[in-house]
Amino acid sequence: MNTAADLAELEKRWADPPGFLGWMKTVDHKRIARRYFVTALVFFALAGLMAALMRLQLARPENTLVGPDLYNQLFSMHGTVMMFLFAVPILQAVGVFLVPLMIGSRNIAFGRLSSFSYWIFLFGGIMIFTAFFLNVGPEAGWFSYVPLSGPQFSPGKRTDFWAQLVTFTELASLIVAVQIVVTAFKLRAPGMSLNRIPLLVWAEVVTSFMVIFAMPSVMLGSSFLISDRLVSTQFFNPAEGGDALLWQHLFWFFGHPEVYIIFVPALGIISEIVSTFASRPAFGYLALVLALVVTGFLAFGLWVHHMFATGLPPLGMSFFTAASILIAIPTGLQISCWIATLATGGRLRLATPLLFVVGFFFIFVIGGLTGLMLASVSLDSQLHDSYFVVAHLHYVLIGGALFPLFGGFYYWFPKLTGRLLSERAGKWNFWLFFTGFNVAFFPMHILGLKGMTRRVYTYGADRGWGDLNLLATIGAVTIAASMIVFAINVVVSLRRGQRAGENPWGGTTLEWATSSPPPSYGFAQIPCVDSRQPLKHGKEALAWVVGLPTLVRTSLVTRLHDAAPDHITVDPEPSIWPFWTAVAVSALFIGSIFTPWALVWGAIPVTVALIGWFWPKHEETERTNRIEVKPDESRPARFLESAS
Amino acid sequence: MNHSAISVAGPRAREIAELLVLFVGVSAVVYVIVVCALIWAIRRKRAATRFEDDDARRAADRKSRHIIGAATALSVLILITLALADFFVQRSLSAHPVDALRVVVTGHQYWWEIEYDDPAPSQRVRTANELHIPVGRPVELVLTSRDVIHSFWLPSITGKKDLIPGHTTSEVLVAEKPGVFTGQCAEFCGLQHAKMRLVMHAVSPEEYEAWRQQQLQPGRQPATDEERRGQSVFTKSSCILCHSIQGTDAAATVGPDLTHIASRTTLAAGTLPNDQSNMATWILSPHAIKPGVQMPATQLAPADLAALTRYLASLQ
Repeated sequence: MNTAADLAELEKRWADPPGFLGWMKTVDHKRIARRYFVTALVFFALAGLMAALMRLQLARPENTLVGPDLYNQLFSMHGTVMMFLFAVPILQAVGVFLVPLMIGSRNIAFGRLSSFSYWIFLFGGIMIFTAFFLNVGPEAGWFSYVPLSGPQFSPGKRTDFWAQLVTFTELASLIVAVQIVVTAFKLRAPGMSLNRIPLLVWAEVVTSFMVIFAMPSVMLGSSFLISDRLVSTQFFNPAEGGDALLWQHLFWFFGHPEVYIIFVPALGIISEIVSTFASRPAFGYLALVLALVVTGFLAFGLWVHHMFATGLPPLGMSFFTAASILIAIPTGLQISCWIATLATGGRLRLATPLLFVVGFFFIFVIGGLTGLMLASVSLDSQLHDSYFVVAHLHYVLIGGALFPLFGGFYYWFPKLTGRLLSERAGKWNFWLFFTGFNVAFFPMHILGLKGMTRRVYTYGADRGWGDLNLLATIGAVTIAASMIVFAINVVVSLRRGQRAGENPWGGTTLEWATSSPPPSYGFAQIPCVDSRQPLKHGKEALAWVVGLPTLVRTSLVTRLHDAAPDHITVDPEPSIWPFWTAVAVSALFIGSIFTPWALVWGAIPVTVALIGWFWPKHEETERTNRIEVKPDESRPARFLESAS
Repeated sequence: MNHSAISVAGPRAREIAELLVLFVGVSAVVYVIVVCALIWAIRRKRAATRFEDDDARRAADRKSRHIIGAATALSVLILITLALADFFVQRSLSAHPVDALRVVVTGHQYWWEIEYDDPAPSQRVRTANELHIPVGRPVELVLTSRDVIHSFWLPSITGKKDLIPGHTTSEVLVAEKPGVFTGQCAEFCGLQHAKMRLVMHAVSPEEYEAWRQQQLQPGRQPATDEERRGQSVFTKSSCILCHSIQGTDAAATVGPDLTHIASRTTLAAGTLPNDQSNMATWILSPHAIKPGVQMPATQLAPADLAALTRYLASLQ
């Protein structure tokens, strides 16, 4: 093992510069992920408050707490923030934090990019909330259908802010997606061949590929929309030969995979928790990985099921029914595999992380089954755009993604902070959430069948929807209480929580082989891997890579399929330039809401910031050239022998 | 209340409701199986130790593999059955009916323009927000929109169909019994999406024909002095800029046709019962009832307002 001097040397190389400036400059994936978590949770709380306000408005018929203008902004913000500023970023942040640790890498690939992506995400979020509080928040829904969101029917700047928020957040998540793919494919510990990659890492890889293929579609859509609104293009104007349905195709070609972009990482979290608590590797590794990959592909063949009411040709719609129903097969397979894992493992301890996973089964399976109903063209004609869909989507997203995510919080919180969350508060958190959720959302299925449409700010007493809506509001209040318990639990446990140690749950993946929280350099030495459960026989049984240069930050690059050591690259040093670049890009994006010339003049500061970012320094280049081992087939890498 | 996808009053909604019963039944069985399996997996007795021996684990896994293989095959069969059931229902729903009455419905923020099609222009009935259809006879709706996307939904009768500017879609209504059925715009269309409601009267063929003949008449001429004053208020104030009353100078098509406004049961797209006091409130301050509605408030002297509502109430 390392001597104290080695560790001090590593710490010197990898630690951030001191002070506030160092905090701004950091490229450490753990610090950036922590920032993502905190920021996304703040957005989550705000969007949750908006939901609570909507539920209060709907508690009684003809209620006048919130008028139609504010109500439309509230549901537009709630959907937009939950999707673009909470669910996608936080589940990607799980990847930013865990992927390098689970594959035994010191940092994420292209560290400066993750710093840039965080600032872009933050500035986008600040922009949209500022707009909302200045009464120019989005008002046309998170889906912003044209022509309602077009220049004629949504004058003013509200929808422009929405369209630019989409551009901000998609840019941020595209960047993270590229980083995760490269990290998982090229920076794995020696020996972690493709069939030994932890399931969460696979899930993050599949998600990242989906982001890479889905996000360009909505960025294109939002750019068309903003250019229709700002420079009078006519992409969506039927009077000038444009088409209103073009938007729906572009939006849902992204929008449906988006659901899986949120759901697939959660599947990875479930696999990790189930396998740890059952004290066995997840049953059916190959089936689970292939199910994730198949889900990723099928997710792109379903988007038309959001458009069954638009009068498309019946045979074409049947194809999308078949594809939508097909996706139940990989999901069902995964559920069977997890149940088999739980059934055949060791004795279970129903600690909070596992409890949330059990909650996932109870809730998500209902959401999946109602999803089959929405996949049917005939049933969808009644269910579409009714409260049945509101119920379905919350069963899928809260049950399918948020419950596993909370399980993940309780599971990895000790790794993130060094302390365990309170189990007692965790149980309260779970039961309040689980009960409140079902009380809030189950009645909505019935409301939908009784004809209650979505996105209505009020309803007549003659409709007879009052009682069930009141019940739903009571459920919403219960959910709010469970979130307060969670917030208190986090704050108290951060100060007084039980110290966790390296491996509080007996996990067998690599993130449990380093201290909690991990040091700036991640691992004292890069571990070598020879199975899917590298820590099965304890940390002592691990072999470690020795002989890596410590003079600068270096990463060991391994081959894609077998993770054999290939070459060494030099990692980026902390830098303030990602921050300045993000400032310049944000100025360009926000400026373009007001004038198209922002694209021209705004490009200048962006260019300057990028020049600063990439400005070569003579000594750094020299040092890099000395240390980097380039891929070279003819010469065996020197450090191969030293890796045991 | 005839506003529900489960208590149905038409063969189309019935077919869908029956398919829903099939889906819900299958789903309930699947759900119970999954939850039972999960509870069994959690509660079954076992040793605390993990599989130290990989061979023992592999043997246990072989058994699981067979069970999961069978479960997956079974779910594939169930899913194919459901997909086929949907396919046949969809095919029967998308068949074009013969001898259908054609009605053109145009969506507006936030009301429905209705025109009964006929080869002879003089036989076309124009109305708004309230449909009359004969029981038993299929009605083919031709749907489009003048502004944003709306969606036509009468849950007790049939499913939704969008009204999209630049596109024409169609939907078929068949009522199997007389009654009043309500509907609502189902695609978010702006500030008053919530109160863009719709009323449909399913009546006997004779009543329908009587209603049609009555709607084909030009607007009733005022009979009393007050009604005459009301008509003059209508044609001399801003009402005439948007509305039409056949038989008068009012011929604008921005807002609903008011030729037979008194024969309708509701005002403001199904929002208020149609009586003189609601009519007065609606004319004076439509935004108090539907904030954001396109109709502007109209300032009228009390006597003028009374005359106007009396006149409108006479337009049977």
